[in-house]
Amino acid sequence: MKFVDEFRDKSLVLELAGKIRKISKKPVVLMEVCGGHTMAIRRFGIPSLLPSNIKLLSGPGCPVCVTSRRYIDQAVAYARRKDIIIATYGDLIRVPGSTSSLAGERGNGADIRVVYSTLDAIEMARQNPGKSLIFLGIGFETTTPSSAIAIREAQKSGTDNFLLFSAHKLMPPAMAALIDEGIKIDGYIGPGHVTAIAGADMYQELAEKYRLAIVVSGFEPVDIMQTIYMLVRQVESDEPKVEVQYRRAVTAKGNPAAKRIVSEVFEQRDDWWRGLGILKDSGLGIKSAFAQYDAEKQIEVKVEEAIEPKGCICGEVLKGIRSPLECKLFARACTPSNPVGACMVSNEGACQAFYRYGN
Amino acid sequence: MCLSIPGKVIEIDGNMAKASVGGTIVKAGLHMLDDVQIGDYILIHTGFALQKISEEEALETLKLIKELQNPDNQIF
Repeated sequence: MKFVDEFRDKSLVLELAGKIRKISKKPVVLMEVCGGHTMAIRRFGIPSLLPSNIKLLSGPGCPVCVTSRRYIDQAVAYARRKDIIIATYGDLIRVPGSTSSLAGERGNGADIRVVYSTLDAIEMARQNPGKSLIFLGIGFETTTPSSAIAIREAQKSGTDNFLLFSAHKLMPPAMAALIDEGIKIDGYIGPGHVTAIAGADMYQELAEKYRLAIVVSGFEPVDIMQTIYMLVRQVESDEPKVEVQYRRAVTAKGNPAAKRIVSEVFEQRDDWWRGLGILKDSGLGIKSAFAQYDAEKQIEVKVEEAIEPKGCICGEVLKGIRSPLECKLFARACTPSNPVGACMVSNEGACQAFYRYGN
Repeated sequence: MCLSIPGKVIEIDGNMAKASVGGTIVKAGLHMLDDVQIGDYILIHTGFALQKISEEEALETLKLIKELQNPDNQIF
């Protein structure tokens, strides 16, 4: 068992495609929340295996895509200071800010380093005691524990020049906001790794309140096809509920140790999402007990007025109301090598997925 | 961003593990898990083990799909 090859078995994928065709009678609209699913669905050509009454939409689960220009602009402002090192996951480097990007600032000599893990960032801070190191903490439930652990490790090791600039967000408020906005979907393909941490119980309220089918899915083609089968089965029987397809990694309660460390370090706050605006309690800020590691509290910088790019429909793409193909910039002014909007930058953004793998 | 990969634990030193991901050795912090043993499969994300992967559940998932197979369902 390698947990990959077994779930790429073509005969099982085709078997599931047949089963879906057999049971699916009603029109059904499903949204994949996670950017990893967006990419997998396009890469494995899942839409071509489905009957025409099943429509798949991409949702808001790409952290780089939903992060505000103001956040990028502030990171750029930090990067311009000679006494600061920026450490980040690679995804964020090329995201355009209002007038610059981290990649652009690096070209101008700013010290911006891509790290694999927050522990590497702590080590970098230790090796550069004369400078402040700011780690750019973005991501959902999956990624937040890594940031929380970093703050605890900095505290434990007395690494006082380590700071975190948090844009961490929570998935359920965005999933609810889309429905509140009137986006018509029958069910969500639930984010597998977010739920590996947070636990499938987190969606119970959402499923009940909005009568939504929610199936938490793995990322291989067999996983995704089985998830779609389970969602269609729920829709056909008109019994929407929370189910887990990705049982090898997801439980009802998630990872209690990870949740505990996150709640020790972070607290909920209102946050801005591209396409959705400000959502109540949808973001995570650093608790005041850890303020000495909070870049926003410790280092003041002047940030330029944020400007969203003209013509970019990334916000509407993130809500599933427009396809990347409807954007005038798509594949013309906006490409992965020269992106205008965040949905084209990220390797899990819907625009890049459409660009790379077609419709 | 939430990309996580399965790896097999081959070495544990304190709260750090080394895991084999298709032959490539990667480091994984065990800060979020307390019962990891050598030989376990873990889900690795940004240098940390998020969860242990259950072989039993994986086999159950595949079994459920195979149980869907019967001659009446052969559409292709």
